[in-house]
Amino acid sequence: MGRKANWSEKPKSGPGRKSRKQPAPSFPGMIGGPGQGGGGIAKHRKKKQFGGPGKKRNASFPSLNDSRKLKPGQPYRKSNEPKKAPKDKQVTRSIKNVSDSEDEEENKIMDSNSEGDEGVSDNEPEMDAGSGSEEMDGSDDEMMQDDFSGSDGEAPDSGNDEDEQNEEDGKGEDKAGNEEDDKLTKWHKIANMNGNGENDDTDKIEFPDGQENFDVQVVVDRIKDVISTLLDFKTRREEGRSRSEYISLLTTDLCQYYGYNEFLMERVMQIFPLGELQDALDAGDAPRPLTIRTNTLKCRRRELAQALISRGVNLDPVGKWSKVGLVVYSSQVPVGATPEYLAGHYMIQGAASFLPVMALGPQENERILDMCAAPGGKSTHIAALMKNTGTLMANEFNKDRAKALIGNFHRMGVKNSVICSYDGRKLPEVIKGFDRVLLDAPCSGTGVVSKDSSTKTQRDAKDIQRTNTKQKELIMAAIDCLDATSKTGGYLVYSTCSILPEENEEVVNLALRKRNVKLVPTGLDFGTPGFTKFQDKRYHPTMNLTRRFYPHSHNMDGFFVAKFKKFSNSNPVIKQVEEEAESSGEQE
Amino acid sequence: MHFAMLYTNRDSILIKMRPLTEEETRLFFEKLAKYIGENIKVLIDRPDGPFCFRLHKERIYYVSEEIMKKAGNISRDNLVCLGTCLGKFTKTKKFRLHITALDYLAPYAQAKMWLKPTAEQQFLYGHNVMKSGLGRISENTQKYSGVVVYSMNDIPLGFGTAAKSTTECRHTDPGTIVCFHQADIGEYIRSEDTLT
Repeated sequence: MGRKANWSEKPKSGPGRKSRKQPAPSFPGMIGGPGQGGGGIAKHRKKKQFGGPGKKRNASFPSLNDSRKLKPGQPYRKSNEPKKAPKDKQVTRSIKNVSDSEDEEENKIMDSNSEGDEGVSDNEPEMDAGSGSEEMDGSDDEMMQDDFSGSDGEAPDSGNDEDEQNEEDGKGEDKAGNEEDDKLTKWHKIANMNGNGENDDTDKIEFPDGQENFDVQVVVDRIKDVISTLLDFKTRREEGRSRSEYISLLTTDLCQYYGYNEFLMERVMQIFPLGELQDALDAGDAPRPLTIRTNTLKCRRRELAQALISRGVNLDPVGKWSKVGLVVYSSQVPVGATPEYLAGHYMIQGAASFLPVMALGPQENERILDMCAAPGGKSTHIAALMKNTGTLMANEFNKDRAKALIGNFHRMGVKNSVICSYDGRKLPEVIKGFDRVLLDAPCSGTGVVSKDSSTKTQRDAKDIQRTNTKQKELIMAAIDCLDATSKTGGYLVYSTCSILPEENEEVVNLALRKRNVKLVPTGLDFGTPGFTKFQDKRYHPTMNLTRRFYPHSHNMDGFFVAKFKKFSNSNPVIKQVEEEAESSGEQE
Repeated sequence: MHFAMLYTNRDSILIKMRPLTEEETRLFFEKLAKYIGENIKVLIDRPDGPFCFRLHKERIYYVSEEIMKKAGNISRDNLVCLGTCLGKFTKTKKFRLHITALDYLAPYAQAKMWLKPTAEQQFLYGHNVMKSGLGRISENTQKYSGVVVYSMNDIPLGFGTAAKSTTECRHTDPGTIVCFHQADIGEYIRSEDTLT
């Protein structure tokens, strides 16, 4: 069927496309006012940038900075990676292209700024084919890099300026003999002064006037510039611009580029130092490697690895810190449906999900509670460490999710468990006296935006406050379920997959104040210490015993782990606790 | 079999999970005996403390008494699962084993079948086992007895009913069904919602 369709198409596409005359490009922005008709184009570009190889580019644009352009798959590169090689290639191409096909020539004429950097590839037929399609003007796939260069119609001035800012030397191939040239030489000089010219500009950052449309490349460049300016504010700042102006510019740009809402982006910017910020955001967007955990109740890691390798799975141990984890690089079979998986030999689970259980350190013959258990990755891990002895109580409020819990427990061969479905906050009324409690609290999920990108736009201050309230109630309940007199335990591990201090340090801080608990080392030998202060907040000095994990520094989901030891079953100041019960939603 | 062992009057008043009635016990053991025969008593007399069978929402759970007691104050509505679910009573009061019982059936199974790697997939999608997919079969498998199905590297895949005895199997053509499918571990994915 498919073949047939191809046959019918072929005759059409060949001669048709090539013979078609390329339409003259129109640049509303160049002629008309800023923003005129530009929106659609910008949008389209954006799509191209992120949506894989597009076919078209705006042929007639003065892409001074061709070499700096991102490749399609490259938006997440770090700022100072070498970009030289592509540049040179580009240059030779552009020279070659000067005397290119008539169509091309036409475009150039149309465009007063035209230059030789025309992204025409060495492969002419390809180019022609490209030019035939519906978009404004031709060029080829390979030249995608150029796409965002000279902004299209909207706000041409600012667009060009920004392009130039980052100008590097070696760009002198531009042929156009207009004002561009003057600027160009100027940038040249600066670039030469700076040596390699890469990113060294101390130049003016163009502040958008609000009419400008979103152009990915402009924004990317500006983000880089603003960050480098902010990092060296004294020498690089522009006279009369305050730091807050730069910050707010950066915030809007980052929001646009990474698709966060403003509230969340401000938060993220407060959490990470500027130097790390872009890495953190980039890493947050990229999916983390697939990891699996060996179920030690049923098999050993080496056997499992052998079995999976023989099925065509490419894997490796996850690292020295875990004896049960494996990283899957690639697989010829679905890892979630192999007979080994069905037989319960392993669980698919993010690397970060190992941490709270390792911190909890379950012992055999203990009574352990997992307050928010579904879908059971951590609970089955606990059961495996308990070697199916003692009692594991897994609680999950949501009955539908509790079904996943049943399946996973049985599949993994967990036999010492009771699964129940209570509101975690009511649990102390039902059952108490556990040796250890794991509270993997429901959270905003800001540490796992790669799994659910709606987090970036959906979460606002209200959501955070809501989860924060719930978490505080849950952690109180969790502590109340603990038995401080337990011989082996009395430990609580609190974890979230959020990176916001409101859901982590703040909750922990409250627990330290309202209950007789203290923080103890988590036993995890990596991770960043929790904040003892954040913005205007001051947390308990032992907060550095908690651990934060970030995608960019640990290559696992954003995560927070705190381990408590309960040292008394009484509460410190009963009165205060009652007060709190009344106004449980209070914010610190 | 001493059914009384499993049936203590002490708990029978509770509305929550309860021990099995005599009739339920009979149905349940009849079914279980098809697969593990005399080995049922291994499940009852365990070296690691007393275990019991409990009925909760028409399902039979097999759990150590210690855990059962600890779950005592969980209300019926909130109790989702307890130890291992072995199966359930249908509305017509027949007992059906669930795939979740495999952990207890596999070690004590009397009749076993091993599948060739090519036939694993078929079985895991809920199909019967053909003679062509049969790698090995334990001696003395009776016709219509319960068999536990393994892969060639001894991973239990599920269970079913033998459609042919061992000797009959030897002389049939490859297309014949040798085992009727009852449950397989593919159900953990296919029908997670109705597992227990």
